[in-house]
Amino acid sequence: MDLNAKIPDGPIEGKWDRHRFEMKLVNPANKRKYNIIVVGTGLAGASAAASLAELGYNVDCFCFQDSPRRAHSIAAQGGINAAKNYQNDGDSIYRLFYDTVKGGDFRAREANVYRLAQISVNIIDQCVAQGVPFAREYGGLLSNRSFGGAQVSRTFYARGQTGQQLLLGAYQALERQIGAGKVKMYARHEMLDLVVIDGVARGIITRDLVTGETRGWVGDAVVLATGGYGNVFYLSTNAKGSNVTATYRAYKRGAGFGNPCFTQIHPTCIPVSGDYQSKLTLMSESLRNDGRVWVPKQKGDTRRPEQIPEDERDYYLERRYPSFGNLVPRDVASRAAKAVCDEGRGVGPSKMAVYLDFADAVRRLGQNVVADRYGNLFEMYERITGEDPYKTPMRIFPAVHYTMGGLWVDYNLMSTVPGLHVLGEANFSDHGANRLGASALMQGLADGYFIIPYTIGNYLAQAKLPKITVEHPEVQRCLAGVRAQTTRLLGIKGRTTVDEFHRELGLVMWDYCGMGRTAEGLKIALQKIPEIRARFWSDVAVPGANEELNPWLEKAGRVADFLEFGELMCLDALERNESCGGHFREEYQTPDGEALRDDANYSYAAVWEYTGEGSAPRLNKEPLEFKNVKLATRSYA
Amino acid sequence: MSKTMTLTLQIWRQRSANTPGSMQTYKLEGVNEHMSFLEMLDVLNAKLTKDGQDPVAFDHDCREGICGSCSMVIDGRPHGPRKGTTACQLHMRTYKDGDTITIEPWRAKAFPVIKDLVVDRSSFDRIVAAGGFVSVNTGVTVDANATPIGKKNADEAMDYAACIGCGACVAACPNAAAMLFTGAKVGHLVKLPQGQVERRGRVLRMVEQMDHEGFGACTNHRECSEACPKEISFDAIELLNREYMRAQVTND
Repeated sequence: MDLNAKIPDGPIEGKWDRHRFEMKLVNPANKRKYNIIVVGTGLAGASAAASLAELGYNVDCFCFQDSPRRAHSIAAQGGINAAKNYQNDGDSIYRLFYDTVKGGDFRAREANVYRLAQISVNIIDQCVAQGVPFAREYGGLLSNRSFGGAQVSRTFYARGQTGQQLLLGAYQALERQIGAGKVKMYARHEMLDLVVIDGVARGIITRDLVTGETRGWVGDAVVLATGGYGNVFYLSTNAKGSNVTATYRAYKRGAGFGNPCFTQIHPTCIPVSGDYQSKLTLMSESLRNDGRVWVPKQKGDTRRPEQIPEDERDYYLERRYPSFGNLVPRDVASRAAKAVCDEGRGVGPSKMAVYLDFADAVRRLGQNVVADRYGNLFEMYERITGEDPYKTPMRIFPAVHYTMGGLWVDYNLMSTVPGLHVLGEANFSDHGANRLGASALMQGLADGYFIIPYTIGNYLAQAKLPKITVEHPEVQRCLAGVRAQTTRLLGIKGRTTVDEFHRELGLVMWDYCGMGRTAEGLKIALQKIPEIRARFWSDVAVPGANEELNPWLEKAGRVADFLEFGELMCLDALERNESCGGHFREEYQTPDGEALRDDANYSYAAVWEYTGEGSAPRLNKEPLEFKNVKLATRSYA
Repeated sequence: MSKTMTLTLQIWRQRSANTPGSMQTYKLEGVNEHMSFLEMLDVLNAKLTKDGQDPVAFDHDCREGICGSCSMVIDGRPHGPRKGTTACQLHMRTYKDGDTITIEPWRAKAFPVIKDLVVDRSSFDRIVAAGGFVSVNTGVTVDANATPIGKKNADEAMDYAACIGCGACVAACPNAAAMLFTGAKVGHLVKLPQGQVERRGRVLRMVEQMDHEGFGACTNHRECSEACPKEISFDAIELLNREYMRAQVTND
């Protein structure tokens, strides 16, 4: 597997500029001769589809939701980072770059991260021009706040709905191109295979979720922006439909999968309340700006929070990390919460929760200011739990939120399959082993608005692409494969529901490949997963037929892929004998319980190659070089 | 300890757009008060699947009240009885043991039923495609802070922009009008300097598309704003009427 990242030469500050000059261009009059397939309409997909169409390319765009506006980017709450330094507090492109590489625990590619920091400033300009209603100060200028893992205020936000507003900006740009006829939009269509012809990505297979019709599509390049795979854990903050199918099927067609074990556990989610639970709800990290995290000092303390006096409370983040306090990065905050609960100091009915307390903030700022900043989040909490956070502290616990791993891409965002480009959370990304808050929106939009429009031209200008149609035998072969799987799933007629299998897989993943991992546990998971998979294929109950709207058939296909993908994650986690960022191997920790990296042996991106059914995937390595940021143990103390 | 309850559910079942539907009755036991409304339907569907019956199709995705997928009329009210709350955020503690709950799809000519509780809302996308945007290509170089926007205008723009496009406003309206939805987008953009250049054409095209899709006209029942899970103000409709009038008498 060729893992040449194609990083441009020269000093890091000039790489992107130089690359933009050196890349080949497609003549404006020729752009309309190219057809590009874009799958997914979140921040990355919608911004890419709109921008490519504006340039003149013809775009076929697909999403499984009923409207492109509903992609899961819509649910991002907190904000988007940009190195604008509007607050005059010492921010710079270099600082955002440095914070991101460090926050990712030195497992990201320097050149990509630097470019991301450079582009961050353009994103804000673009979004404001589209009419994104960011929060503003009384003087009419943009407001900023600080976010976990940063000591400057560089986060732009639109109340607690930043993802929604940024996505609506991209969606509106996309709808404008749909209206102009440059983008053909296919909603309620799910991608079920990638078509690779002569080693080049040339098309996809989709199922129309309303009629059940499967059909092939061909184009000159394929762009996947299909999001992350956090739902492999069953319970996560992801939308119910989020899945690994598009990227996993591309992996089976030859695209290397990078760092699949790098998952992010978000520290501030509403705890699990029962076994009927279908998803977990995030409470924005911005709450940690004013909320204080604590548990009782005493184990098994059953008093109500207001009955526990100040000196019997342990504000453990402030105690352990005095300079960052409650604003430590997500992986650090999550592990610290797990540690106090494991000690028996957790709170609430399950004892798997910690308090996030706003009493001080209400005293200091007044209820009005707190309501202005977090009102909608407090309401959401109240709706779900029936408790009022103005009066009693919130209960929170970590939950799976984001996946840093994804399909490996080079500097041009192209995977190991020529022609297949991967954007946003779907790629193995710029976040290394841990993503900092407010960086996902930044990356999705950087990829879609400002990187792919250039790099795809460079690819098309040089690629030799023979004309093909959907009648091509490879398209037909892929179609037949997809139809056969559908027939097989509907034919099992077993007794166990798709959700029951999914839940069972999720528990195995959470127990053995979640916040704390051990070689022993991962080996157990690697035995259990194939066993669940075998039962799935003999006993799953998929009601209904293919030729109708059938959400259970859709879900069965996604869970079938999770049942294979989970194994790949565990394998990756087992192979990486170190702790870094969101990957915490309990065998590798400092005496204070912090992650212990092994830079001598694991300073690489692990890229997995599919070698066929029943055959072990092959591990390839892209070595990571740090020429600008000095490798150091992360310290937030 | 949490309480459980037994419920009688009356649910609209319709196999496809072209087959007639009807209300069917289901009894569901062991519903936990902390479940969300959709989790209660998950439990019903698991039971139906196990019994070899066809489960109830409904749209849902984020389950945290922001994606706008969920779309069901619960006891005659879009998204159910709780103000400012989507169906996915409604929790069963709102109900008590022995209750009967009716569940129906959005009903509007412009939202044809696809199956059971699932409807086709692509008409909303086409209204946005007609003009609900600022025509700015990627690559603009004006600094984001070059144009200050007063906090009041920015906040009002955000109030309108909060719409999640779920369609509850249409489902609640006796005329199945989409004026709250359309007005919210027009309002969002007209409050901002970036939206001024296309102000006139935008409202004309969006209203034309709205009429073309078969949505009705507003006769001031105000049910839309009452049902809106994001509590978009009825002012959006007054604003839409004003903007439409202005567009007809001006040239800019």
